[in-house]
Amino acid sequence: MSKIAEREEALARFTDNQCVMIGGFLGTGTPESLVDGLVEKGVKNLTVIANDTAFPGKGVGKLVVNKQTSKVIVSHIGTNPETGRQMHAKEMEVELVPQGTLAERIRSAGAGLGGFLTSTGLGTIVEEGKDKITKGGRTYILELPIKADIALIKAWKADKYGNLVYRRTSRNFNPVMAMAADFVIVEAEEIVELGMLDPDEIITPGAVVDMIVKG
Amino acid sequence: MSNPREIIAKRVARFFNEGDLVNLGIGMPTAVANYIPAGSNIMLQSENGFIGLGPTPSQGQEDKDVVNAGAAPVTILPGGVCFDSATSFALIRGGHLAATVLGALEVDEKGNLANWMVPGKMVPGMGGAMDLAAGARKVIIAMEHTTKKGAPKILKKCTLPLTAANEVDYIVTELGVMKVTKDGIVLKELASGVTVEEIQSKTEAKLIVPTTVGSMEL
Repeated sequence: MSKIAEREEALARFTDNQCVMIGGFLGTGTPESLVDGLVEKGVKNLTVIANDTAFPGKGVGKLVVNKQTSKVIVSHIGTNPETGRQMHAKEMEVELVPQGTLAERIRSAGAGLGGFLTSTGLGTIVEEGKDKITKGGRTYILELPIKADIALIKAWKADKYGNLVYRRTSRNFNPVMAMAADFVIVEAEEIVELGMLDPDEIITPGAVVDMIVKG
Repeated sequence: MSNPREIIAKRVARFFNEGDLVNLGIGMPTAVANYIPAGSNIMLQSENGFIGLGPTPSQGQEDKDVVNAGAAPVTILPGGVCFDSATSFALIRGGHLAATVLGALEVDEKGNLANWMVPGKMVPGMGGAMDLAAGARKVIIAMEHTTKKGAPKILKKCTLPLTAANEVDYIVTELGVMKVTKDGIVLKELASGVTVEEIQSKTEAKLIVPTTVGSMEL
């Protein structure tokens, strides 16, 4: 069974009100063709989970500028002034999460964990409204897992089972997000024959990937 | 003497020991990399997912997949290693970083740090700063001693929303080096030509001045 699909088939999966995870770090390692697909399709009221909102014309930033996001859950918005503007104008909700906590909340969801304890954010507004737990003489914040309906992943190479290899700093959030969504769509720079990827170099097992499009 | 940023970056670079894994924040802390002795065994982590942060590539040699946490093109040194964000922050929170160098808007005598937002004005988000401040074994603040208007940034109590509570270990400014202790901020070194009176007059927190204060070697 091949998971390789045409871009239109991927776009057919996008609907209003979805929660979408999008890989990337300030646009590096973001599946731009799939993001452009969300823009073309014009789906609205999205909740986007990503490291950041990138730049106005790049990555997740395009969705914000196009007003397709009703909420973003990210660690950083400073490089996209439009995110800040919409947040202050109350046009969009912004949940800011420390970057390591965001990665681990996503990882927890993908790993079937009920959450984790961290000292990140203790004594700051991040702890507000959250359970605090003391174990072994140290106090931690209980952080909960976070899942999405769809994850949009950028890979360097994929085989037809969806086994993925990433390149350099384009890996970032992609591997954890590929584990944490109901439907996982990969945009790969290169699609290779089965057996062309060394089993030891594969980072994401194809078992979690549902669809692959050529980037 | 050289400009403040250069003084600060040069002094911070002398904090590290052979074999240390270090993370440099965005902005002034990034400049510290320029003063780490070539050939030293100090490894720099970039929180977007690698160890082995190298210099900016020459024009035309940029690799779209090799950028630092500020999205600027960089290089990965021989022996470098790439990983995902969860591993990157496991390194940070797991105590595997000998030190992190961060900028600051405010620091106070309890070692509280504020560097991620000014309510109503600037809300860029915390990025990795909260994890770095909470997780690194040593938190070094690299910043100019006062605001552009001359107001103190080293306070009795931070007024801005905190990045981390009780986590700062050292503060390095163009005027001197200070260590945060449970008793308060101890003046460890003074920059060339700076007096105790001058640094105290630009510091809201009361500095603890030992009988001997070192001179800030660059």
